[in-house]
Amino acid sequence: MIQIEETYDVVIVGAGHAGCEAALACARRGFSTIIFTVSVDSIALMPCNPNIGGSSKGHLVREVDALGGEMGKCIDRTFIQSKMLNRSKGPAVHSLRAQADKSEYSRRMRRVLEDQENLVIRQQEVSEILTEDTENGMKKVTGVKTVSGAIYHAGAVVLCTGVYLAARCIYGDTSQYTGPNGLMAANHLSESLRENGIELVRFKTGTPARIDRRSIDFSKMVEQKGDQRIVPFSFSTDPDSVQIEQISCWLTYTNEETHRVIRENIDRSPLYGGVIKSTGPRYCPSIEDKVMKFPDKNRHQVFIEPEGRYTSEMYIDGMSSSMPEDVQFAMYRSVPGLENADIVRNAYAIEYDCLAPKQLRSTLEFKKIAGLFSGGQFNGSSGYEEAAAQGIMAGINAGNYLKGQEGLVLMRSEAYIGVLIDDLVTKENFEPYRMMTSRAEYRLLLRQDNADRRIRKYGYEAGLISEEQMEKLREKERFIEREIERVKNVNIAPTEEINRLLLSYDSTEITTGITLIELIRRPELSYDALASADPERPDVPEDVREQVNIEIKYEGYIERQKRQVEQFAKRESKKIPETINYDDVKSLRIEARQKLKDFRPESIGQASRIGGVSPADVNVLLVYLKQNHM
Amino acid sequence: MRDTIAAIASGITASGIGIVRISGPGAFRVQIMELPANTIHYGFIFDENEKIDEVLALIMKAPHTYTAEDTVEIDCHGGPFVMQKILSCALRAGARLAEPGEFTRRAFMNGRIDLSEAEAVMDVIGAGSDDALKSSLMQLGGSVRREISDLREKIISEVAYIEAALDDPEHMDLSGYPWQLADRLTGVKNRLTRLRDSFNEGKMIREGIYTVILGKPNAGKSSLLNAMTGEDRAIVTEIAGTTRDSLEENIRLGGLSLRLADTAGIRQTGDLIEKIGVERARSLAEKADLILAVFDSSAAFDDNDEDIFSFIRGRKAIVLLNKSDLPACITEEDVRARCDAPCVVISAKKNEGISTLAEIIRKMFFGGNLRINEQTMITNVRHREAVEDTLHSIDLVFSSIEAGMPEDFFTVDLMDAYASLGKITGEEIGDDLVDAIFSKFCMGK
Repeated sequence: MIQIEETYDVVIVGAGHAGCEAALACARRGFSTIIFTVSVDSIALMPCNPNIGGSSKGHLVREVDALGGEMGKCIDRTFIQSKMLNRSKGPAVHSLRAQADKSEYSRRMRRVLEDQENLVIRQQEVSEILTEDTENGMKKVTGVKTVSGAIYHAGAVVLCTGVYLAARCIYGDTSQYTGPNGLMAANHLSESLRENGIELVRFKTGTPARIDRRSIDFSKMVEQKGDQRIVPFSFSTDPDSVQIEQISCWLTYTNEETHRVIRENIDRSPLYGGVIKSTGPRYCPSIEDKVMKFPDKNRHQVFIEPEGRYTSEMYIDGMSSSMPEDVQFAMYRSVPGLENADIVRNAYAIEYDCLAPKQLRSTLEFKKIAGLFSGGQFNGSSGYEEAAAQGIMAGINAGNYLKGQEGLVLMRSEAYIGVLIDDLVTKENFEPYRMMTSRAEYRLLLRQDNADRRIRKYGYEAGLISEEQMEKLREKERFIEREIERVKNVNIAPTEEINRLLLSYDSTEITTGITLIELIRRPELSYDALASADPERPDVPEDVREQVNIEIKYEGYIERQKRQVEQFAKRESKKIPETINYDDVKSLRIEARQKLKDFRPESIGQASRIGGVSPADVNVLLVYLKQNHM
Repeated sequence: MRDTIAAIASGITASGIGIVRISGPGAFRVQIMELPANTIHYGFIFDENEKIDEVLALIMKAPHTYTAEDTVEIDCHGGPFVMQKILSCALRAGARLAEPGEFTRRAFMNGRIDLSEAEAVMDVIGAGSDDALKSSLMQLGGSVRREISDLREKIISEVAYIEAALDDPEHMDLSGYPWQLADRLTGVKNRLTRLRDSFNEGKMIREGIYTVILGKPNAGKSSLLNAMTGEDRAIVTEIAGTTRDSLEENIRLGGLSLRLADTAGIRQTGDLIEKIGVERARSLAEKADLILAVFDSSAAFDDNDEDIFSFIRGRKAIVLLNKSDLPACITEEDVRARCDAPCVVISAKKNEGISTLAEIIRKMFFGGNLRINEQTMITNVRHREAVEDTLHSIDLVFSSIEAGMPEDFFTVDLMDAYASLGKITGEEIGDDLVDAIFSKFCMGK
């Protein structure tokens, strides 16, 4: 039998949000790259919610963009509504969320892949990873094999299989062995991974029904409009180019009738009836979970969101479910405005094989298989943004591996991406991991507005950010510095005019001279608000104004947070030698020893975040390292 | 691999019962391994063929022992010779002589006790007075840790609430929350303030009550010091102004430790050296926990005496009317007219009235604001600094609330407060902590 046999630098398995970013990160650096997908029509598919961003996820998109990724640019050209969330709170928790035109998003990302040099797209199911043993008892990846028997040699392989591995979709008694949206599942790869010593777990997630817009009575709902002035996701998108006509979303609520329907049929839920044994996300619960776990809530929010500009399908945000079809009809139709709803697609739960990510290094490379990387939902995360973030990191690191360079690891103190990956590889997750602002300790430094200032340099070093883009950032930095310096030295005299301005902002009048910087620090005032009191002010671009304002207003908090980071960095920089034998550290508690052997943390900081390892254990470890001059 | 250590655990002065403790993996020989854990065995200790002592052996198996290692304790007769002999048998059998504090260090390193408990044990070993012992024992039982843990719990639950609301703004509303937070933080702040203040009292117990003797020249200050210490420590002469510097002595009085300082007499003076002494006396008295103001009762009060009265007003002081062996010129009524400090009539020279003085000091500290029997006290500088840092962070949260900052800013300082408190209980990790452990427990190697 004659078989196809080809050689590439990198193989990417899967073309979802992680796979696309990983493939682009490799191909853009000049590596010959092949990306496999079970269906070319499902490249960058959004099988669940029709939006990108949201609380803390918006930060991730900004960071992916800062590194040179594609997600931000793609949504900037395909969104239909955009909102900056949490505007009433501090700048650290402002977060951008855009409603996507799903099929446009997918189409555009596919176009970007197709236009990319060095990148080959292949519709084929990968069934095996190929490895060889190395001298040190480890393994090394050498390529992949497809179900057709074709062999693709490669120095590095990135697994981005999403929710497709041994996937099963379930609602009520109906259960189909498919991926999302009825797409083909990938049924062979799990076996090959297990044979290579990789431990898999089974996770579950779900999606709500899609309802025909023509059957919805919007007069019973509250309209949700987008922002007046739209802020783009990408640092390279011209803000003027995204001021489009937006499409509204709608808000309605469940009620006692909805909850009654669910309670009376709860034994028919596969989740409660025991058909689904895998673990679902607490942070994105199904409506039956919400009703059963919060019995005193008499209503839950339901957002009705368009799936795109050219479709009448509407996404029912807040009511994901795996109830039987008839219960779904009764349940959705109990909601005001949905009384006559026509369901286009049923809600369903999906369960799938994914990785216990403690098997990964912080570079997303497998600890036991050199050259094999993994990113996205396969790593036990949930969400498009989390996937894209891991995808670009896995892609960059696959490239670094091929070049023999050190891997790129972002610290928890410099990026949400750092928090995301560190959480995945050091904490045991028993449910799909979702990014949240509360997971980031140094939130005040990790704002969505300064993602470029934080991590663009890494994208530049990896060759994904051009010299021109980098120079633009340097220019911005210089502008910010100059402007803050200038503002420090502007004195404001207590004139009638200035006091009128202050009073208009409910701010106390001044009776003696004061520096402009002092006035900006007042909570009710800002850099922009005081423009008329500052005649010497140069023409400052919007993004610079924002940075100047934040740095001045929150200086004290930012400084204190930076001190916290110093403490943190000390622990992170205290590395644990890979050769350590935890059995020699006699005074560790048994549980801690087990966990440390299991996770093999790279630093003291990482060790301290492993569940089951107490501060006392870490102190013992520190003492051991010190005693043994390690 | 950790070795096996042995030491006399009961102190080596002769006493009725002595204890030799052996801890580590080699504490049990094969036969002992098979004995049930936590049993007591009666028998004899032999050195070769020589019977040394009749003993009880306590067999305690890891991890339920003081060090969390296999441990044998041998209860023997308390003579130094017998104990040494048993110890040397253990050493010959392969154990190593334990360093000071090593059992405790092991208990800490094995995660059985936290740093605050370990430090308290070290305090017990070095305790200067019976009451220091009591306070140390309370920390050992974890009273500091319980208080700190409870405060940390309160702080972290506020952080959790804010974080949850940020993650789920659709279900959790933060309107009005800042003022509720301010309310609850006031309670936390009060408890922290009490803890911080207890440090001063804690310090008194550990290092002794810093007591300064004050009085004009020749009122009998040095004689008083001598009477209290029972030796001719200070130079006593008839010439006013003999004591130019101050002398310090640690003494025990009625079960309390006193750090007693004699000072140069307070009076207007032109002599330069003496002037320096006088200034020093005042500055010492400023820092004193207790002032003993000595007056010569055989002469009427002069300006110098009035100066002293105005100085001690509002401070913790006891007035001593000295020289009761001479005809009295002033009475307790005269003193009461000037200040409300307790007053004792003494004769330092004849050693009269000293026991009354001791009783008053005891009453002041036990009956007054020193409630050492219930109150959690911190007795350690490291702890106090951590509490100060925590208070500072809490104050910053208050300013954020007052300035109307968005709620997500509160967590920056709340987390600092949480971390500072964690340093006390060892629930925070840091190199400084390990350094502290190394210096405190003379780690060796």
